[in-house]
Amino acid sequence: MATRLMFENSCEVGVFSKLTNAYCLVAIGGSESFYSTFEAELADVFPVVKTSIGGTRIIGRLCAGNKNGLLLPHTTTDQELQHLRNSLPDQVVVQRIEERLSALGNCIACNDHVALTHTDLDRETEEMIADVLGVEVFRQTIAGNILVGSYCSFSNRGGLVHPHTSIEDLDELSTLLQVPLVAGTVNRGSEVIAAGLTVNDWTAFCGSDTTATELSVIESVFKLREAQPSALVDEMRKSLIDSYV
Amino acid sequence: MAQDAGMFTVPQTVGSVLCCKCGIPMAPNAANMCVACLRSEVDITEGLQKHVIISHCPECDCYLQPPRTWIKAQLESKELLTFCVKRLKNLNRVRLVNAEFIWTEPHSKRIKVKLKVQKEVLNGAILEQSYVVEYVQQDHMCDSCSRVQANPDQWVAAVQLRQHVTHRRTFFYLEQLILKHDAAARAIRIKQMDQGIDFFFGNRSHAVKFVEFVGKVAPVRSRHDKQLVSHDPKSNNFNYKYTFSVEISPICREDLICLPPKVAVSLGNLGPLVICTKVTNSIALLDPLTLRHCFLDADQYWRSSFKSLLTSRQLVEYIVLDVEVVSSEVNVGGSKYVLADAQVARVSDFGKNDTIFSIRTHLGHLLNPGDYALGYDLYSANNNDMELDKYKGLVLPETILIKKSYEEKRLRKRSKPRSWKLKSLDMEVDDSKGRTDQEKMNKEYEEFLRDLEENPELRFNISLYRNKDYQPSEMASVTDGEDVPSVPLDELLADLDLKSDDGEGDDSMRE
Repeated sequence: MATRLMFENSCEVGVFSKLTNAYCLVAIGGSESFYSTFEAELADVFPVVKTSIGGTRIIGRLCAGNKNGLLLPHTTTDQELQHLRNSLPDQVVVQRIEERLSALGNCIACNDHVALTHTDLDRETEEMIADVLGVEVFRQTIAGNILVGSYCSFSNRGGLVHPHTSIEDLDELSTLLQVPLVAGTVNRGSEVIAAGLTVNDWTAFCGSDTTATELSVIESVFKLREAQPSALVDEMRKSLIDSYV
Repeated sequence: MAQDAGMFTVPQTVGSVLCCKCGIPMAPNAANMCVACLRSEVDITEGLQKHVIISHCPECDCYLQPPRTWIKAQLESKELLTFCVKRLKNLNRVRLVNAEFIWTEPHSKRIKVKLKVQKEVLNGAILEQSYVVEYVQQDHMCDSCSRVQANPDQWVAAVQLRQHVTHRRTFFYLEQLILKHDAAARAIRIKQMDQGIDFFFGNRSHAVKFVEFVGKVAPVRSRHDKQLVSHDPKSNNFNYKYTFSVEISPICREDLICLPPKVAVSLGNLGPLVICTKVTNSIALLDPLTLRHCFLDADQYWRSSFKSLLTSRQLVEYIVLDVEVVSSEVNVGGSKYVLADAQVARVSDFGKNDTIFSIRTHLGHLLNPGDYALGYDLYSANNNDMELDKYKGLVLPETILIKKSYEEKRLRKRSKPRSWKLKSLDMEVDDSKGRTDQEKMNKEYEEFLRDLEENPELRFNISLYRNKDYQPSEMASVTDGEDVPSVPLDELLADLDLKSDDGEGDDSMRE
């Protein structure tokens, strides 16, 4: 189910929030409407945490994480680190890393199994990612852009990439990530996918400028139509049970 | 990524995305919207003029470009298109890619132009859109047409060309020059006057241009004046009639001149008797006894405006009895002369008495015993010249030969039609004075044509046309070794038959 919302008159939802399969981080806004939208959807499944990173609100672009862990840049203050450690579930490893490229959300795009990173990331950071997030790391570019974290967004079920990605690139990425990918736009033709959209396995949030066409593309590629947390189990059940005896 | 030769590169095919508005698959572009959606979003022709009023003069088919210029243009022509596009304001906001006319009924007073413009929209996408501009034609007579309507014979500037000599050779030649260079194309009227021609123009600048043209081809002195016709006190506009008075020097080719002492000294003691060999915008003088030559340009001449001693009217025919070459061939300003001693007798004397003159002549290269020549008879001439009197102790030669005569041969030829002809200007002849003698004019014209035949350098500047009526004679002409000089066929231009007046054949042989 894809929801359209705005953060303080900006449609770049992916900048001010981070959504994974185990938790959700939300920026502190002037009004509570942003937080309450997330809360209404997700509060009964997992914690929705209000935070800032390094005193800023652009948390979606500064941190990278999945259900296994969360990576924070070196600009994160100790209080924020502690707050996050306290609020997030115990199985999520929260780690602050020293990396020159501190906007980790722009440099790393990941789901629970694979991660695509900026080509200039340090070796140690790459190891850290593999460790903390428990993923396989690939250095890639998307449509010639090195900020893979900004120009693509993928979950365990599908992914959306920059509209100018060529077909060969799309095939290659799809093979790497093992999920179906589609080139598209968000927020009425904006190419910065991850800034306008934040997604996990059963739900997505995008900016309110997103047109119906874009929304339908998002819903179909991320397989959100029937996806409820329980629907996943139902589907599996259907495939497991062959025939009624 | 740099793709060097030899490096393996994967061929990239562009994928397709869905248009974010309407969902049709399309190639990705900067706005990620299909063209139709983009057009519906953004109208790049907003703020551009779609409706313009232009003024058109129905008399001369001109369009007004304010404040005052009238541009002549046909319907659906390139000039009209340029004019229409220029009249649009604000077109610099967008880039114009294409402009063309849409057909409208000719008398509907509407002109439609379809313009294709490009502009950058949204994030870098360039959108191209075409739109139609409608021009409403309003009829408004232009200034020159309204002036013509008010008074058809109205002229604004007049050039009065005069030469105070008794013949019209110069004007025949000038007429041909004017025709060749189209200098009188803007003249409203041309009138032939006694001792000159008047040209009337509608614009002062046309008259000035004509006066400058004449100044380049003849040694002239001119003055100009203006007369107030009307005055608008509110806007301080003054309308004048301008008159230019141009006087051509009376020195012509083949004239015998006695130079005033001052002039002779300033030219390096050139013998006081000189022949004028060529008149363009400077006068070329040749001393026949020493073969020295010099040039006088218009300013110099008019400072000491001397007249000729004897003109070509007074040429007398001589028969050459003996020629002895004295000097070698000398190239004087493009023409060759040979100094020779000759014994000549006047044709009127020949056979009657024994009057023979021994003279020195510069025509040694042309003359052979038995030839006829034309020259000035100073022996029997009665000279009444102030300048001549100033020279004390000057011995005048008895005869000065000027040119070879082909009179006998012409008589034999018995006026066969020429293979070439000349065009003429459309002149009004002023009959009011009653002095025009048609017979005299014809004779002078015939002499002018003969002059052209004999002198290739005269023909250089004018255009000769092939005479269609001329058939080269079948019978073998009786030649005496030397033929009457005539114009070689390859110098002639064929007339274009399409327009009877102004056709100048430029697809035929030219000199």
